[in-house]
Amino acid sequence: MRYLLVEDNQELAEAVVKRLVLDGHAVDHAASLDEAEACLSAADYDLILLDVMLPDGDGRDFLARSRAHLETPVIVLTARSQVSDRVGALDQGADDYITKPFDFSELEARCRAVLRRRGGSARNEIALGRAVFDPFAGTLRLGKSLIELRNREIRLLEVFARHPGQILSKGQLLDRLFSYDSAVTENAIEVYVGRLRRRIDGTGVRIETVRGLGYRMETEDP
Amino acid sequence: MTRTRSIGRRLTLLLAGVAALLSILSWGMVSGLARQAAERTQDNVLAASATAIAETLRSEQGEVRLELPYSAFSMLGAIGEDRVFYHVAAGEEFLTGYANLPVLDRPRAPGTVLFDTGTFDGEEIRIASVTRPVLVGAEPLTVSVSVAQTRSGVGAISRELSRLAALLSVAFFIVAVTLSAIAARTSLRPLNEIADAVARRGPSDLRPVKREAPEELAPLLSSLNRLMERLAQSIRRSEDFIAEAAHRVRTPLATVRTQAEIALRSVEASDERQRLRHIIRAVDESSRSAGQLLDHATVAYRVEDLARDSVDLADISARCVAALEPTAAMKEIRLILRTEPAKVAGDAVLLDNALRNVLDNAIKYSPEDTLITLAVTADAAEARVSVCDEGPGLGDCPAEHLKERFRRGTHTEGIVGSGLGLTIASDVLRAHGGRLDLGPAEGGTGTCAALVLPLL
Repeated sequence: MRYLLVEDNQELAEAVVKRLVLDGHAVDHAASLDEAEACLSAADYDLILLDVMLPDGDGRDFLARSRAHLETPVIVLTARSQVSDRVGALDQGADDYITKPFDFSELEARCRAVLRRRGGSARNEIALGRAVFDPFAGTLRLGKSLIELRNREIRLLEVFARHPGQILSKGQLLDRLFSYDSAVTENAIEVYVGRLRRRIDGTGVRIETVRGLGYRMETEDP
Repeated sequence: MTRTRSIGRRLTLLLAGVAALLSILSWGMVSGLARQAAERTQDNVLAASATAIAETLRSEQGEVRLELPYSAFSMLGAIGEDRVFYHVAAGEEFLTGYANLPVLDRPRAPGTVLFDTGTFDGEEIRIASVTRPVLVGAEPLTVSVSVAQTRSGVGAISRELSRLAALLSVAFFIVAVTLSAIAARTSLRPLNEIADAVARRGPSDLRPVKREAPEELAPLLSSLNRLMERLAQSIRRSEDFIAEAAHRVRTPLATVRTQAEIALRSVEASDERQRLRHIIRAVDESSRSAGQLLDHATVAYRVEDLARDSVDLADISARCVAALEPTAAMKEIRLILRTEPAKVAGDAVLLDNALRNVLDNAIKYSPEDTLITLAVTADAAEARVSVCDEGPGLGDCPAEHLKERFRRGTHTEGIVGSGLGLTIASDVLRAHGGRLDLGPAEGGTGTCAALVLPLL
């Protein structure tokens, strides 16, 4: 997935870029509305993350201006949780908003919801063995059958699918699946991995347990 | 006091006062004229009568003789029921009639009629007297003829006329007062229209008042618009300030949180992971509190001058569910929405905020893999949005306490919250004449929070 991040704070922008890259996304960063315009005319993006307060103008004005010719979905990053501000952002053509500081799982969930509403795009589909996984629609297509995955299954599968062959520890998976304030133990991961294994049975990929280290997704030998 | 009394009433009172004065004056004048006219008529008749009698004076065999012509008295009879007296004297010598009639003894030219008013037999009378020289032998003798009449007829006529005049004046007064009230209202209408236009506005509508106004109101209108402009500017400045402050605080918080998440990816030691989780939790806690404090302030400000738009709770519920669906999905919580149209009068932004707080609360305290049912219903008088979860319930904390500021329930271990959510919701509902009901869900362990509002 390709993001355009429009954010003038250098430190936050760097952190967000790094965090999204860790999840396997491509991110371009624009520090001003001018730069954003330049990026948009040069490349296609799946989603724009737009800060509202930028050095050369208000992000919402930019939205109102460019909504007519801009088809890319926009999630506004706002510093205010005040309702009037949120409503204002939505009225001016944002698809959704998220309040700073944000949880990346929530950001992902919102991106997913926005892209699902917009019909998604085929290039975000991931090939998993003989199956095709659409992380936005939350479906796994295998031949003629379409398997609907539940929310945590989607997220877990996405993590594995974006890091094929890589060992992922239970702790890492836990952080991706549960919010930081929930009191779950690593046993919960075993439950979800078990469920996911049943879901992807027959697709030609499997999740192996690496004793003492975690899990790894591997393509079965033909 | 007079400075603050209504201009319309003052204007009406002033015009009514003028009308009353004019009514009394006109009544007085008409009564006076009527009396004068009646008196003059009587005088003319008396003069004619006296002259007619005087015409008949002649001398016969050294004596003065006269005839009382019938016409002389029939004229007088025309005026009411009055009694008529006469008196004829030759110089000092009484000749005929009523000897005691108080006649004039002023010197006068012959032929001229003199009038006087006096009392006779206990009644007020009007006397006309005329003198005529009569030759008795060779000696001219001045004979005076006086005719008198009581004045009750004149009084009756002038009283009757005066009564009519009074009636007319009262009618004039009533018409004048009605017209002045209408005039006052008409001339004040532009002022009322401007006041209405301003009063109908929503709490945040500070656009200048653009309205045709009479030139007398133009200064008021332009100073009102200048005031609105200044108010809008100062609100804008403080909103900008809040936005700027929030931006300055939250952007570095976002950096901290993001960096902590990145660090979590590379750190394996469980105590270090725990420390990073604590950082993230602390960031979430502070940002949530800051957000809700801001919301609380916004609510307090908007509640003061509540908008009364027609708001469909079904729309608001659908919007809230759509907004919180991704959050709920992260915990595998399904949101179920059942609505029927339920229109209420209120501020859509505030009602949205109240419901969002309640729903957000329900999601936060619900276990994984459960249902939250949001139902909008309307009965005869009340609209209800009930949010029922399958959570652990309210515990033993009384529902009323949970609506207090910064108060949190017993089952809040490990959940980020500020304790302001339900306070905000409850404040919003109270301002709308409604209430927030909290209670156990029917047939389950969960909780039902219901936003109850009077129907439009």
